[in-house]
Amino acid sequence: AAAGLCPCRALLARRGGALRALCGSVRGLAAGQETHFGFQTVTEAERREKIYQVFESVAKKYDVMNDSMTLGIHRVWKDILMHKMNPSPGTLLLDVAGGTGDIAFRFINYVRSVREHQLQRKLKHHQNLSWQEISESYQEDKFKLLGDSRVVVCDINKEMLKVGKQKAQHLGYSEGLSWVLGDAEELPFDDDKFDVYTIAFGIRNVTRIDLALQEAYRVLKPGGRFLCLEFSHVSNPLLSRLYDLYSFQVIPVLGEIIAGDWKSYQYLVESIRRFPPQEELKAMIEDTGFLKVDYQNLNSGIVAIHSGFKL
Amino acid sequence: GRACLSHTEPRARDGRSGEEEEEEEGCYQLYPGHIPTSPLQKALLAAGSAFMALYDPYRHDMVAVFGETTGCLALPNLRDKMKHHPEGYRILQERPRIRLSTLDMARLRGLPDGSLGREYVRFLEDNKVSPDTRMPPKFVDDEELAYVIQRYREVHDMMHTLLGMPTNMLGEVVVKWFEAIQTGLPMCVLGAAFGPVHLSARKLQVLATELVPWAIRSGRNASCILNVYYEQRWEQSVESLREEIGIFPPP
Repeated sequence: AAAGLCPCRALLARRGGALRALCGSVRGLAAGQETHFGFQTVTEAERREKIYQVFESVAKKYDVMNDSMTLGIHRVWKDILMHKMNPSPGTLLLDVAGGTGDIAFRFINYVRSVREHQLQRKLKHHQNLSWQEISESYQEDKFKLLGDSRVVVCDINKEMLKVGKQKAQHLGYSEGLSWVLGDAEELPFDDDKFDVYTIAFGIRNVTRIDLALQEAYRVLKPGGRFLCLEFSHVSNPLLSRLYDLYSFQVIPVLGEIIAGDWKSYQYLVESIRRFPPQEELKAMIEDTGFLKVDYQNLNSGIVAIHSGFKL
Repeated sequence: GRACLSHTEPRARDGRSGEEEEEEEGCYQLYPGHIPTSPLQKALLAAGSAFMALYDPYRHDMVAVFGETTGCLALPNLRDKMKHHPEGYRILQERPRIRLSTLDMARLRGLPDGSLGREYVRFLEDNKVSPDTRMPPKFVDDEELAYVIQRYREVHDMMHTLLGMPTNMLGEVVVKWFEAIQTGLPMCVLGAAFGPVHLSARKLQVLATELVPWAIRSGRNASCILNVYYEQRWEQSVESLREEIGIFPPP
């Protein structure tokens, strides 16, 4: 029965489509320009709403899904980002779209371990101190392992922040960490505040990437660094085919099985295909005013780290 | 009709008009909530949902997904049985849905004890369940078959009422055995086979010696349970309905 209906519906849809396009441009004036949500065409307002709902829905299973989809490799990508950043103690980091805190926690660990190494080196030189003096100096610094380093996690989605805060509590992160509800396109921070700005797997979900980049530029101190970790484009044709097959056939199924949510993960793989490739993103970053912009492909372009400086 | 192969092809980022994409969506999506899937995706879903349903028995959605992805033989069978029966045929035409919004709970509660309506409402209240928690189908690639599986899900509570089984693990397993014989759905067969895993030894004994043999006998003897227009039989007594269908009295 449905097969018979199909051509009629297709015909109606095509005519309806022209009408829809007209209505779309009228709606567009009211609700913002036409943009995309995965492979669908929606208004900007609709897109923001839909994306908010996606992350509200996946928040609790976000980490489990990341591990399942990437077989844990996302952890390596985030570690590489941190090593590239190489923050020294005293750094002030803003992690945008930082939801469940993966980057923030890594930052804290990194800075603590750098501090520990510094401490150990200092102690090695204090050969003539008494045990009393050594233990005192160690204790004093132990509490200040984090030093002046601080990370602000900013996310537009309340559910993701909630999960992040719970994780922090569970894992024992409290010092030097704050959670702020905010929009990457309009950050609630003053100009020239942060040493480093990161956005990991978040910029893809921003509706106006140019605005987010401008905000990044604004809140960074002169000399500050912009780092973006995001899914990108694979140029190798064989790998690209395999990647597509995996993305479209397996990932939504994983979403349904693990999170009970096919549609959010269908959106995810579609949004990756919609996102600008490496060179285009690099150009956008340069247009914003960042200098020494470059990118590094990870896993042949499945993921890329873009970096730029405000000089 | 069959759905076309599903997976949305990656589009060029520039200038694909929205109307083309929507037209394709309209062609593939056969009913609201329908997610077209390729054979590979169905196989993965079947395997994954089976595993997840066993691993986490509270994931009822996984049982539903398993049912949909493995029902390709049993569902057409059931649909044909319905088509060839006068009452079943009417059900397929009229597509009644059992939902709180369509049921007149007050009227049913007012019916005499022992009637289908009264006992059904009693069952819902005693077990604190509602007919609205049934999942709508997503992965069935035929709109009529999607209705058949939806009907099967909504009639499940009727089965509990007619078989006199509560919604605890034991009761559910018994109903699954009955349904497995009746429908041949792999999901029922698996539920019947693996459900008892969570039961205590004592219950297993009762299950094996009394309940399962009775469920099998009834299942074999009874006419197709989907061919009964329950909504038009609220006043009928449960006993007479049991006799009519061919379900033996519960032990």
